Amino acid sequence: MGLNIIVCLKLVPDPEGPADSFTVDQASRRVVVHGLPPVANPYDENALEAAIRIKEAAGDGEVKITLLSMGRSLSKAVMLKALATGADEYVTVEGEQLEAQELDSYTTATLLASVIRGLDYDLVLTGRQAADTNSGQVGLGIAGLLGIPAVTVAQKVEVSGGMVRVERVLPDGFETVEAPLPALVTVSHEIGDLRYPALAAIKAAKQLPQKSLSLSDINGELASTGLVERMGLAAPSRERACVMVGADTGEEAGRALAERLHADRVL
Amino acid sequence: MADEKVFVLAELDEGGGLSKLTLELMGLGARLASETGGELDAVLLGEDVGASAAELATLGASLVSAADHPSLGKYNPDPYLEVLVRLLEPQDAFTLLAGHTPMGQDLAPRLAFALEAGLVTDCVAVEPGQQAGGPVFVKPVFGGNALASNVIKTPRRLATVRARVGSAPESAASGGEFVALEAPTAEPPIRSLGRTTEDRGVKLEDCRVVVAGGRGMGGAEGFGALEELAGLLGGAVGASRPPCDSGWIPASAQVGITGTIVAPDIYFAVAISGSSQHLSGMSESGKIIAINQDPEAYIFKVSDYGAVGDWKQVLPALTEALKHHIS
Repeated sequence: MGLNIIVCLKLVPDPEGPADSFTVDQASRRVVVHGLPPVANPYDENALEAAIRIKEAAGDGEVKITLLSMGRSLSKAVMLKALATGADEYVTVEGEQLEAQELDSYTTATLLASVIRGLDYDLVLTGRQAADTNSGQVGLGIAGLLGIPAVTVAQKVEVSGGMVRVERVLPDGFETVEAPLPALVTVSHEIGDLRYPALAAIKAAKQLPQKSLSLSDINGELASTGLVERMGLAAPSRERACVMVGADTGEEAGRALAERLHADRVL
Repeated sequence: MADEKVFVLAELDEGGGLSKLTLELMGLGARLASETGGELDAVLLGEDVGASAAELATLGASLVSAADHPSLGKYNPDPYLEVLVRLLEPQDAFTLLAGHTPMGQDLAPRLAFALEAGLVTDCVAVEPGQQAGGPVFVKPVFGGNALASNVIKTPRRLATVRARVGSAPESAASGGEFVALEAPTAEPPIRSLGRTTEDRGVKLEDCRVVVAGGRGMGGAEGFGALEELAGLLGGAVGASRPPCDSGWIPASAQVGITGTIVAPDIYFAVAISGSSQHLSGMSESGKIIAINQDPEAYIFKVSDYGAVGDWKQVLPALTEALKHHIS
């Protein structure tokens, strides 16, 4: 086996869910999610897609993709689907204390780095940020703790001759950079969506190796509260009084809207 | 926290002058420093940055630390990190503000882990917080569904701050001193092979009118209808995330917490249901006008005007009727 890729995949409440499925509980300073299933963090899915493309380019048996997830309680269905898209094994860290909203970026990166140290790795891929904490620190933190080069916001990732070549998204284009392996790359959505696994692949994925770790297995100590502490949580005030234009057909609604906008001097 | 320094990490814009966000950070930094009784310092890294360093001294910086070297001309994380760690390592306690820009997002986490400092990214407010024992850093979480107020418990504190959070200092000050920082010495592991510029057309964030489409547009064709309305109003076309992910429109059109954050005078949300990560990118708009087939769509709750119907019927009628008023 030539190249070992680790993809960090966080499970989050579906960020494309309607806004009213998220409410704020001020007492616990937590966001409470109603009726939204967990999904793989979309940027982490992009990272997995990047890994699979590297694997395809390298040919059979040259690349091994290990998925790594951590959390209080991880959805088997989500993990199986990710595994089936083209990964080779899954390593999970689960524990009561690993509630995502209670861990700051420093703690999360420290724990993940200590897992990765125990694995074979040439390339570590993460999403550019998680859809729940929106912090964008963990990937760079893992690289810092492992002492390896890190490149962020990739739209393309290629590996050859012990180097990783990355196209980094810039506001007005992209920059191509190269770094020696081992390295870490954070991936952005410009790379494209994660492919869907075939049903047969999902079935077959059940047979792939899965390793479940606990905090004590990785000598992980939770720094009691991390470096950053949440003091309060508030719901943003976004609601407006909406003037609905009534109409029987779409055409009428369009005309009525135009008249109303004109009358109110909006347009 | 008395006498603690506040640092602002300055950044240049495409024209080579100090960015607008840097000026805003100087204003915000001054407010924090006056609360703690500490001084406000500015840090600037780049090539031929003398004029901008001098300008920082007139914006309230007591000390401007500048590293001026060809290897710093284009942002490369490791040389920047080396210079900043050398400057900040001897400082036991401080608050450093950087912009939540591509550079700030790439550099601040590296710096935080190198210094074991707490970092809050994407701040939409930074309040001096004597009672909390340090500034309170407010940031959106869950795609903007909630705003979290954080304190940083380490004596070294880092934050990246969004545009328009601070305001530029009103009057020019004078008398700031300068110190030249040593150039980086280590060979950077990451080598740039060149930049490719793509014409992204108009900048969404500069437009007075944005006409955005969502998943309900159903395909790339629908965006043509949005173009027509945008063209009529002198605006630009945006999108929520799904159309970008589906390739109906380039990713640069994405409005949202991970795309462009806009606040035009008028924002049309067409066939957009109103996911939070999208709302976070446009909820500061002047007037929000929603068109959606579903009368229960969340987008209507956050809009000023709403029309229920299929965009294929509503939009041409709206555009046609507006032509009479505008021409």
